Amino acid sequence: MLKSKFMKAVAATAFTFSTWASAQAVDLQFYFPVAVGGKAAETIQELTSDYMAQNPGVTIDAVYAGSYQDTVAKAITASRGGNPPQLSVILSVDMFTLIDEDLIVPFDDYLASDEDKAWLAGFYPAFMENSQTGGKTYGIPFQRSTPVLYWNKEAFAEAGLDPNVPPANWDEMVEFGKKLTKKDASGNVTQWGVRIPSSGFPYWLFQGLTTQNGVILANSEGNRTNFDDPKVVEALQYLVDLSQKHQVMAPGIIEWGATPKAFFEGQTAMMWTTTGNLTNVRDNAPFEFGVAMLPAKERRGAPTGGGNFYLFKGASDEQNQAAVDFVKWIAAPEQAAKWAMATGYVAPRADTWETDVMKAYAKDFPPALVARDQLEFAVAELSTYQNQRVTGIFNDALAAAITGQKTPEEALKEAQAQAEAVLVEYR
Amino acid sequence: MKATRFKRDWIHGWLLLLPAMVFLFAFTHIPAVTTLINSFYSTPRGQRPARFLGLDNYERMLADPVFWKVLWNNLWFALGTIPLSIALAIAMALWVNDKLAGRGFVRMAYFTPTVLPLIAVANIWLFFYTPGFGLFDQLTRGLFGWPASNYLGDPDTALNAIIVVTVWKEAGFFMIFYLAALQAIPVSLKEAAQIEGAGRWTIFWRITFPLLMPTTLFVSINAVINSFRLVDHIFILTDGGPDNASSLLLFYIYETAFRYWETGYAATLTVALLVLLSLLAIGQFFLFDRKVHYK
Repeated sequence: MLKSKFMKAVAATAFTFSTWASAQAVDLQFYFPVAVGGKAAETIQELTSDYMAQNPGVTIDAVYAGSYQDTVAKAITASRGGNPPQLSVILSVDMFTLIDEDLIVPFDDYLASDEDKAWLAGFYPAFMENSQTGGKTYGIPFQRSTPVLYWNKEAFAEAGLDPNVPPANWDEMVEFGKKLTKKDASGNVTQWGVRIPSSGFPYWLFQGLTTQNGVILANSEGNRTNFDDPKVVEALQYLVDLSQKHQVMAPGIIEWGATPKAFFEGQTAMMWTTTGNLTNVRDNAPFEFGVAMLPAKERRGAPTGGGNFYLFKGASDEQNQAAVDFVKWIAAPEQAAKWAMATGYVAPRADTWETDVMKAYAKDFPPALVARDQLEFAVAELSTYQNQRVTGIFNDALAAAITGQKTPEEALKEAQAQAEAVLVEYR
Repeated sequence: MKATRFKRDWIHGWLLLLPAMVFLFAFTHIPAVTTLINSFYSTPRGQRPARFLGLDNYERMLADPVFWKVLWNNLWFALGTIPLSIALAIAMALWVNDKLAGRGFVRMAYFTPTVLPLIAVANIWLFFYTPGFGLFDQLTRGLFGWPASNYLGDPDTALNAIIVVTVWKEAGFFMIFYLAALQAIPVSLKEAAQIEGAGRWTIFWRITFPLLMPTTLFVSINAVINSFRLVDHIFILTDGGPDNASSLLLFYIYETAFRYWETGYAATLTVALLVLLSLLAIGQFFLFDRKVHYK
């Protein structure tokens, strides 16, 4: 009797406490990077204030944290200082680093119901490869992209090529490139055939070539790389040959940032770059252009790229739940469509593409569909433990081969040995 | 009586020093000591705390080819920037110290690069260097019909391209010191020399330059420090590439600490930088200082 009364009292107290707690606003801090031009930052601020208007119990402090690099640096520093954000958008490839630093928690605990699991299955599998490891989901795709080929239809017509047919494979890209490369009277090139930028992070576009050549650069546990595989060497040889043997691409390291501008200026007839530039090219290209999947070798292929949502350690259960609810809301078709159209990022769920606004957008601007359709052939972006270090080693090797300091084989052998030394402690 | 008086003065003295000391300790001395301690430990990661490594980090540094490469780069960078920016600064100061039309405007023009933030400057130069349609390529094509260049994307020229930006940025700043020093030189010395029949070159070499020596010492110490400190533009222009061809020691430290998150090893590299800088500063003061003052 007494006992049951006591239990009731406990239950009642617990109940009051939980209602009291839920009546309090849940505060969330949310870091986000901006990696493309356009209205990315404004759109995120707009979406978070919409969410707060609809959910008065939640306060979200959306903090613009700079580039991807700055954002991960800030999130790690803040966490080490005992003041982590609850939610952050960070490169999908930084997953292993964040796990290694013991800073994030998987989403699975907060997505336990069957309905939630079905929701999780609604993302394109190509995007989930970089978001899951060891059977757990650490990232929810948000601002995701993939590289595509843009071509100048007028330059194609001028070179006697069908302006509506992009190169379908590696050989065609060289063949078309030779026709498209123009020289002036003194032998200086005025228009290159193709441009594959290689400054900063050459590994990303290079991964397009390796995927097409049928080889994967790192295992899904993130602790073994495959840099010196003969097929990787072959892919690098092809990239080097584009400028050195076939002379259809400018020699040396090619700047990322200047690539769209070079395309607009007619310095190159084709370029490989991210779909994140789609809106930019649409607004600024003074000629008719086309967008195609990257050319194939053994198969079609491209890496994915961009950022995921991560849940940080150190938050209360309630904060995590609120963060997950927010992520679910922002990934819902209406919000995701708004985000995709404002930036050019690929909407990561099929249901977004079913909405009327997205259908109208795609009908008006069919190139927007190319990236989505390419996802079928896309693979995880190169990601390992100590990711920045390992991709840094790989980037140096690529740069050394592109600038002719080392042969592709030599450069990749050295990179593999260095990556081994870093990764061996994670097996 | 006297003792309490002494004590009061003593307390006052320390109180006056305190604010500056707090900041000096918080932001200079304590971090420097912590860095030294951290350089003997491994990088803490998640559930693995830092463990004592002794000299392992230092052995790794000596065996690290990238470390030696950035050190050589830094040497070239110093050799390329210091003499050139000092020579330019003296030339510019002499030029704008004379009476010439629009002197104020020319002084301002020379000083402008100093006022601009280095990141903004780097973005402008990035456009100058852009292959094909950048300013330099448009000029060289229009004037000489040269083919497109790729100064930043070629390992042989990337570091030189960065040196040019740095000299452009620094020379105007050093000019200000020389200008002030030139104005402090009594005109009577120059007039006396002219009466003796000395030419312009002799006057510069025998009178002006020796009297500028204290300024040259000051400026050269600053230039040495800057050659290890100025890396902001590398982030924009080359990101250290291609294959570390334009990476400098401080840039490599940043990369190791905040891109690779190997803070233990980065601390070791920082110690190397600190030792190098102290040696250079001490060397300059002790070897140089005796010959600086004109007697």
